[in-house]
Amino acid sequence: MLGLELAYWQQALIKVGAVMTVIPLGALILGYVFLLKMMSHMQSRLGPMEAGPHGTLQLLADAGKFLQKEDIFPARSDRTVFALAPVVVMVSTFLLYLVIPAGPRLIVEDLDTGVFFALAVGSLSVIGVLMAGWASASKYSLLGALRAAGQLIAYELPLVLAVVGVVVQAGTLSLQGIVHAQADGEMFGFGGIGNPYVITQFVGFLLFMVASQAELTQTPFDMPVAESELVAGYMTEYTGFRFLFFFMAEFGSAFALSAIAATLFLGGWYLPGVNGDLADYLGPLVLGGKIMFVAFLIFWFRFTYPRFREDQLQTFAWKYLIPLSLMNIVATGILKVVF
Amino acid sequence: MTTTAPASEWQQAAYIAGQAADGRVNIEIETEGMSLNIGPQHPATHGTLRIVVRLDGEQVVWAEPVCGYMHRGYEKLLEVRTYPQVNTLVNRIDWMSSFANEVPFILAAEQLMGVEAPERAQWIRTIFFEMSRIANLTLFLGDMGVQLGALTPVFYAFRDREHVLNLIESATGGRFHPNYDRVGGLKEDLPKGWVDECKGVMRRVRDFCDQMEDLLVGNEIFQTRTRGIGVITPAVALSYGLSGANLRASGVDWDLRRDEDSPLAWKHTEFKVWTHPDGDSFARYWVRLQEVRESASIIDQLLDGIPAGPIMAKVPRIIKVPAGEAWCHTENPLGEMGYYVISQGGLGPFRCKVRTASFNNISILPWLLRGVYVPDVITILASLYFILGDIDR
Amino acid sequence: MSSTPEDPTTAEPAAPEAATEGQPTVEAAPEPAPEPEPVDEVREAMVSSLREVLGADVVSHHIADGDVIVRVAPTAWRQAGQVAHDLLHMDYFCFLSGIDWMPAPAMGGKAVWDPAGVDGAEDTVEEGVAAEAENGTWVTGAAGGDTRFQVFARLYSTTRHIGITLKADLDEGSPAVATWTDLYRGADWHERETWEMFGFQFDGHPGLRHMYLPTEFEGHPLRKDFPMLAREVKPWPGLVDKEPMPGEGDEAETEEAVSS
Repeated sequence: MLGLELAYWQQALIKVGAVMTVIPLGALILGYVFLLKMMSHMQSRLGPMEAGPHGTLQLLADAGKFLQKEDIFPARSDRTVFALAPVVVMVSTFLLYLVIPAGPRLIVEDLDTGVFFALAVGSLSVIGVLMAGWASASKYSLLGALRAAGQLIAYELPLVLAVVGVVVQAGTLSLQGIVHAQADGEMFGFGGIGNPYVITQFVGFLLFMVASQAELTQTPFDMPVAESELVAGYMTEYTGFRFLFFFMAEFGSAFALSAIAATLFLGGWYLPGVNGDLADYLGPLVLGGKIMFVAFLIFWFRFTYPRFREDQLQTFAWKYLIPLSLMNIVATGILKVVF
Repeated sequence: MTTTAPASEWQQAAYIAGQAADGRVNIEIETEGMSLNIGPQHPATHGTLRIVVRLDGEQVVWAEPVCGYMHRGYEKLLEVRTYPQVNTLVNRIDWMSSFANEVPFILAAEQLMGVEAPERAQWIRTIFFEMSRIANLTLFLGDMGVQLGALTPVFYAFRDREHVLNLIESATGGRFHPNYDRVGGLKEDLPKGWVDECKGVMRRVRDFCDQMEDLLVGNEIFQTRTRGIGVITPAVALSYGLSGANLRASGVDWDLRRDEDSPLAWKHTEFKVWTHPDGDSFARYWVRLQEVRESASIIDQLLDGIPAGPIMAKVPRIIKVPAGEAWCHTENPLGEMGYYVISQGGLGPFRCKVRTASFNNISILPWLLRGVYVPDVITILASLYFILGDIDR
Repeated sequence: MSSTPEDPTTAEPAAPEAATEGQPTVEAAPEPAPEPEPVDEVREAMVSSLREVLGADVVSHHIADGDVIVRVAPTAWRQAGQVAHDLLHMDYFCFLSGIDWMPAPAMGGKAVWDPAGVDGAEDTVEEGVAAEAENGTWVTGAAGGDTRFQVFARLYSTTRHIGITLKADLDEGSPAVATWTDLYRGADWHERETWEMFGFQFDGHPGLRHMYLPTEFEGHPLRKDFPMLAREVKPWPGLVDKEPMPGEGDEAETEEAVSS
């Protein structure tokens, strides 16, 4: 990329390093901007102000606090499973970052089946959640885990089906290819700003946003972590750095899903008029901006709406979202052939 | 006691797998249902209330509240206190609307003594009573949102409640426990400028109610979560002794401010008593929302006409109430609160039965929670609105 | 609702001054009869309805100051509730509790409400209380009472805006009365609490168990002979602990303490 000839192992190391940096960084930024500051201002309060200017270092302080806590295992918990569960969730988040393009040549691994890989890997977290709930040996955790399993699996389908519309329109499963398709495409003959699929796939965008809200277990779909009912759902018994894993996984996934949404619907790293090497430098920034926009939507909904009940949630997914997404695919297919 | 060795884990797993393979047995397995403790430490119960539920999946099969984690023995305590000391203690029964707890007791004592507080005191008492209602119910309006998952409205509630509490503090010295009422009147008069400030605060309270209506009442998810949940029919409600907004939300038109002749100044105001025919959680929220608006309107009407005069009647320094029995009840924010004061001529009551609203309101839970989903249990608890001090005394 | 004798509503004209001081009393003009006390017709009618059905079981009643208290025989407790519900339209269950008429035993040497020793207090509690406590009869309140224990309940009619308090005497040795649970569902919890606090048995109650106190608790706290531990330790009105401000007050003592 930078004109260097690197051996495979060196490339691999750099890629791993990049992913390991971006995830906590992304989680921190999202957490600070949206959880700490945007939520506080929406609730007419200031939020953390002490650690760092305007509380910017608050999350680092929190991370430090979590790391120095005692490592507690509930008495009757299954230790191995209990310890592995956060790792599974984290790993599923990490794997998501492999296919997100930040520039024409800034991608960890440009898989031809990028979208498929991303969606498959993103659904691994369900196992981690179930492991966490079961191994905690607590009824509240179990309730939370069972709710989570039902919800996450139910909302996988609208997520996937919404993406199918984009794939049909772009003609490729590779995320880099989808960005190029949006960059090079034209809307009704006007090629100035490319063809962001948010306009043609508006229904798909909405479906994807709703489904990703559910996948991230954010209100209004946060039954698994219903704070006022189950204390913390499947995460109740987790303290210290294990809880930090869950926390980072949650915000890391939010970052990743926002990135995928930005890539699939808003054009990813593409900025109209920017081509060539400049795109490599501006790409991450552009993508970052689009991620912030999508994440803003996600968190804005989170702080405004009450939560659905579990059966209402399931009804919503199975009776409304899935038929809608199927119709979206059919419509896309027809229009793709016609035009 | 069995003498065979317990089966090893592998054997147990093999047994279960064998059973599972036999589909017939699976269907006929009778599972016991999971027994769950909601509380006593729980974000949803307003304090240390414990509800033991037996669940079948997510449905409640049997529920029973276990009270007493905050039992302070009020009725025994009040027997060894003088009347002014009782007043202080009694503030702490329903701590969200403390002034409202003092009033029925003071009225009962005044009735036995034959003392009438001056007009000015009665008007100011009414104003403070309604302000304590606002302080209590605004919290409810925000808190119901939190129980359902909407995190934001409760912050607005706290923000706007602060103004009410500041007003109470400026006149009485205490935000939560004003201890302002005295047998024969009030402790002291209002500070200068209080009336104007109060008018400004009432405007804020009305704006807050409009905000809550926008944020929560009209929200589709809120409606889906609360409509039809926890329906209480009027006959059952009366039989259990439900009172206050819980009763009015079931359609029973009964409000002690309007229907009982009280020395306080409600008879000088015009206000509407809101009822709702549905009897579900949404109705209870809606009725309380309207009640806050009515309280603000009552206070506005009263502020304009507080009569001048003394703030305290002529009572001896040491209060000794002649022998007798008096029952006095008022429409407190949580419901009907009353004191049955039995005096035998001493410095303190001989027996004082404290009738609190939340005790009866919560007694309906075993009947109400049967067949309800776990999230709806939270909704119902939030909508019934109790304060632990009121239940446990 | 106070049970003090009511003053006539009109003042009697002052007797002629001549009729004093040992002179043969002159026949003063016949004093106008005091106006009859206003009869609370509605409440009198309520009592009559109860009496019609229960007859002699309505032992006594007291109507004053806008309230009515009726004492019924304990065997008619359930029936009284039924009559109140059906005939008097008492649809709202307010509360049910108990009264222990025994004066609290002297604690730390003083009866709890005996103000002797308090600044400015004039006289003590009625002598009758102390005397009758000695010979075993209790001073009971409105509508009287023959025994130490009474159960009392309050009902209300939301349609007529009128309430009634029902009382019943209970046997001291084994206080028991029928339950109201099938009549008013709210009575369930109130009877549990009354059983817990006083020890009254409610026959037919689905399950009398502790309301507030732990299961292993022994004793019935609201009975007057259940000691109030705080008052055992620190008798009423409590010791007046007044410490001198630091620096002033008993410097002589501290010097002594230092030097000794």
